[in-house]
Amino acid sequence: MMTDNSPPLHKIDVKQFHPRARAAIHNPQIRQNFRKAMDGLMSKRTAAFEGMDLETLRDLGSNIRMRALANLPDLLEQLEQKLTENGIKVHWALDADEACKIVRDICVARDAKSVIKGKSMVSEEMELNHYLQERGIEALESDLGEYIVQLADETPSHIIMPAIHKNTGEISQLLHDKTGTDLSSDVNYLTASARLQLREKFRNADVGVSGVNFAVAETGTLCLVENEGNGRMTTTVPPCHIAVTGIEKVVPNLEDITGLLALLTRSATGQHITTYFNMISGPRKADELDGPEEVHVVLVDNGRSSIYQDDQLLDTLKCIRCGACMNHCPVYTRVGGHAYGTTYPGPIGKILMPHLIGLDEGQHLPSASSLCGACGEVCPVKIPIPDLLVRLRQESVDGDKLHPAKVRGHGSKRNSVEAMIWKGWGWMHAKPGLYRLGTGIAAKFRNLQPGRLGGWTQYRTAPKLAPKTLHQRMKERQQ
Amino acid sequence: MSDPIKVYPSKPKKVYFYGTCLIDLFYPDAGMAGIQLLEREGIEVLFPEDQTCCGQPAFTSGYHDDARAVARSQLDLFPEDWPIVVPSGSCGGMMRKHYPDLFKGTPDDVRAAEIAGRVWELTDFLLNACHIKLTDLGDPATVAMHTSCSARREMGVGTVGPALLGQLDNVELVEQVRAEECCGFGGTFAVRHPEISGAMVSEKVATLVESGARNFVTTDCGCLMNIDGYAEKNRQPMKGQHILSFLWQRTNPKSEEAHDD
Repeated sequence: MMTDNSPPLHKIDVKQFHPRARAAIHNPQIRQNFRKAMDGLMSKRTAAFEGMDLETLRDLGSNIRMRALANLPDLLEQLEQKLTENGIKVHWALDADEACKIVRDICVARDAKSVIKGKSMVSEEMELNHYLQERGIEALESDLGEYIVQLADETPSHIIMPAIHKNTGEISQLLHDKTGTDLSSDVNYLTASARLQLREKFRNADVGVSGVNFAVAETGTLCLVENEGNGRMTTTVPPCHIAVTGIEKVVPNLEDITGLLALLTRSATGQHITTYFNMISGPRKADELDGPEEVHVVLVDNGRSSIYQDDQLLDTLKCIRCGACMNHCPVYTRVGGHAYGTTYPGPIGKILMPHLIGLDEGQHLPSASSLCGACGEVCPVKIPIPDLLVRLRQESVDGDKLHPAKVRGHGSKRNSVEAMIWKGWGWMHAKPGLYRLGTGIAAKFRNLQPGRLGGWTQYRTAPKLAPKTLHQRMKERQQ
Repeated sequence: MSDPIKVYPSKPKKVYFYGTCLIDLFYPDAGMAGIQLLEREGIEVLFPEDQTCCGQPAFTSGYHDDARAVARSQLDLFPEDWPIVVPSGSCGGMMRKHYPDLFKGTPDDVRAAEIAGRVWELTDFLLNACHIKLTDLGDPATVAMHTSCSARREMGVGTVGPALLGQLDNVELVEQVRAEECCGFGGTFAVRHPEISGAMVSEKVATLVESGARNFVTTDCGCLMNIDGYAEKNRQPMKGQHILSFLWQRTNPKSEEAHDD
């Protein structure tokens, strides 16, 4: 249970990826929890798409998202106008800190002391719970996974299933220690106990904070996808609802939702539809019996508009946060979500986080991939994740004079020794005569080849040079 | 954008053979096997002497200036419009998929895109352009197959290896669990992140062994070096071969030239 004592995100040194990854790899429990969970998620996804023309659907998803992004500034203005017409107050936040302040100010204005939260990765990005708690406002997670993670004083290890790193036994022990429930391996009992405790909190909460899956510009509708009903409770029971969302979540039309929703739930959990799909279109009207008196939306930029400036990196913003890339990632499966030390782990985290925290902070992220392409293959909106990883690798070493790097913190990984090695490598391989001479000599003196080659021979024998190169054999053949 | 639909050429008189640097240095028998299979199909194989490396190692490491310098030196090697065949999904993918982007906006962009369009992974080419028919001369054998990620996902040849092995009457192909998962090679990834790569290859070897096979074939020498190297160091009963070597040995009565290990 390595993660039991993992510090809150705001105290994690992102650069310490290697030691955390190493610890996870050598922790059989963590390895088993992730392997089992990811295997299950992969097969559920496959089953959910069975009989569907997945490629056509992915094209559709990609096109819907691209069309939305192409008109992002206009759509955001339209969204603001429609939301306002619907009686929803719109706030704009340049960064996480500003977003936190907006939420706090709304709470303070209402004299709110307790906040109940639906699952929201943007609020994780903002580290909202921590922020509010430091200012005397209790923030309690109501999504079961988030609740577990909060009880353990951890961060989510997966964007859809925050407590996926824990097995039932670990969760039972945690609930027992923190809330006094009986130890049990009965998932239904554990869920029911948590629900009972949360029910009281819903009733007493002053403010509900949720995320947003899609924001529809033409109607000013906020869509929220969830399975536990906690999202509906969060957005309807407290007298005030604050939705926080990244600015990229907007889509032009209501009909765009059908394609995206079909892709999202199947890609994420292998469900054809989630148990709840909420469409929020304003505060309680005069003749309505329930719903919040006030609804706010905080539209958070936090690095997104800088991604938007680049034609290639723009694809990053197509993401609908399904988590399929991490479910299928052989690296994520081995190291788990906490190793990354970032809000968003796995492949999407590797291409998104450098923009949020800078390439200098997140310099290990783009390289921690074998570029196997599984993430790009399953992405429901066809984000070319491997290509973006290569782009960020280039940015982190300033490796392309034709396309000067522009991501914040670029060039931070460049070191003169490695740059020199590649320069030398390039020089030799761009000169065929020299290459043949060098490789010929290497083959001839192959018995002098070193038996140890750094990280390679830690796990493997060294590759053996052939007695003659293919070049030499072809030359002999022609004679 | 979806990947463009592949339009295979009809069987040509000649092809350019791009051997790749790994085959050149470590697995030349696999290269020879590929050449001999092509020649047996009646195709003249041109081996441009000035070939070195496609540039991929520098490219995936982010050193695109150096990758471009190496790749540019390779653009001169294919003056006629013959297909370019590559015994590797990885290097093939670099040339077919990434050359156009690498040279975009340079004086070589048209040439690079034209060359990219002629690049074929060799087993794909043998099956779908040459329509090769294999006659198995070997003893009964059981093998597993590991298709590299780039062969599967960049070059779209995931079904080709099994189809070729399926033509061999005495060969039983068994499938390991999670066959489509990466073996952990990833070029410089294996050296930059040795523990993660090590964890991946250890599980790959375990699933291969569990499949019941004691031998595996693969489309790519990077995977071969990785999986074989792990199995050897950890004394696991698993030994690999490039699929071209295997196909040539099984179908050629006196295959002296193909004894890679």
